[in-house]
Amino acid sequence: MTLRDTINRLLGLQRASATTARERLQLVLAHDRSDLNPELLEQMRREILEVVSRYVEIDLDEVDVSLETEDRVTALVANLPIRRAKAVAQPGVKAKISLGVNASGPPKVNTPGRPGPEVANSALEDTDGATAAEAEKPAAQDIQPEPAAEKARLEGSESLS
Amino acid sequence: MTPHRTRNILICSGKGGVGKTTLTANLGIALARQGVRTAVLDADFGLRNLDLLLGLENRIVFTAQEVLAGSCRLEQALVKHKQEPNLALLPAGNPRMLEWLKPEDMQAIVGMLAPSFDVVLIDCPAGIEDGFKNAVSAAQEAIVITTPEVSAVRDADRVIGLLNTHGIQPIQLVLNRVRPKMMANQEMLSVNDVTDILALPLLGLVVEDEQVIVSTNRGEPLTLSGSHSPAALAYSNVARRLQGEDVPLPDPAKMGRGLRAKLSRLIKTKIF
Ligand SMILES: Nc1ncnc2c1ncn2[C@@H]1O[C@H](COP(=O)(O)OP(=O)(O)OP(=O)(O)O)[C@@H](O)[C@H]1O
Ligand SMILES: [Mg+2]
Repeated sequence: MTLRDTINRLLGLQRASATTARERLQLVLAHDRSDLNPELLEQMRREILEVVSRYVEIDLDEVDVSLETEDRVTALVANLPIRRAKAVAQPGVKAKISLGVNASGPPKVNTPGRPGPEVANSALEDTDGATAAEAEKPAAQDIQPEPAAEKARLEGSESLS
Repeated sequence: MTPHRTRNILICSGKGGVGKTTLTANLGIALARQGVRTAVLDADFGLRNLDLLLGLENRIVFTAQEVLAGSCRLEQALVKHKQEPNLALLPAGNPRMLEWLKPEDMQAIVGMLAPSFDVVLIDCPAGIEDGFKNAVSAAQEAIVITTPEVSAVRDADRVIGLLNTHGIQPIQLVLNRVRPKMMANQEMLSVNDVTDILALPLLGLVVEDEQVIVSTNRGEPLTLSGSHSPAALAYSNVARRLQGEDVPLPDPAKMGRGLRAKLSRLIKTKIF
């Protein structure tokens, strides 16, 4: 470690590289162990939101889907704060979905091809051109890959309803 | 009297060059010195090196290949170590063996070694392909060796997953090429970082030691000379712990940061 590194560290300008190493390892191992690549995780996140949105309105700003590992057991933890139920208002309720994966025998998942950019674009166009009639359809069908678009869409539906 | 049961122990790492062969040679000699009848089996048929580290390269007449082909007896292929007669090497055959070698062949070899040895150490090739699969099929337990570097730890994790699916038990960890000063400066993953992430019991800590290279040059494993170098002591302690002796590990807190790693036991990684 150079003197400059030491000073930077003391001033809090630079983190210890071991900390960075640990965090990077934890991230990559969570993926390795679950046998899920980022694309697949993104797809899963979208589908989870889609299903849950059929029943409740989710606070998309607060959605947190993460992989947690401890003692070689990886769990998928989804924290989905509910704004209100579709039928009855229930503010402040959180849907927590946990799915444990044992590292010794991770389920094999086939990796689909990367979704083409055209798909995402056309989906976004749908949102932009949404009519009032479309907006009344269950939000489940309108979940978009882009979180910002999702948020806009849900807020739109709120003002329309 | 309990019936004689040979322990077939795989030495593996995933990543290449982290110290499998060095550990196999030193552990083999250390066990032999402690009175254990030990065979070391070079399962790295592509790039064999175990003979060289043990200084036995000029004494090889037959190899595992001729034994499997039935063209020589096992005793003819085994190379006994002159200074440590409790240790014998079964050399790897020609790299072309890789084309036909099957898990059953490896199982046949350890089966032949079983009556004459207490421990068989299998020096595994790097990677997780056929060479690894053949070697793992002949083992019941494993020692995973890694260095405190992200790539080595990641590959070790992959290998541990595979060992689990093969039902290998126990799996123990040796952390090699530790640099205590770098750990103290938090410029290297700490011992607790690695054991927490891989969730394996620690069998040994080997520091980075120039004497390892010197001993390799000579073909005399450090444990052979009764050297007092830090790595020599570490390898001897691995041998003792492997036999169930309770030898305390060097204090990881002195080598790294103990508390902080404990605080981060629940590893949480945000992916979105
Ligand atoms: N504790 C140590 N201190 C210093 N050098 C070491 C240490 N352990 C191993 N080495 C060096 O690292 C190099 C690789 O060691 P070794 O051949 O045992 O690794 P390996 O895992 O068997 O490699 P491969 O995957 O190619 O079979 C060698 O040059 C060896 O001398
Ligand atoms: Mg080797």
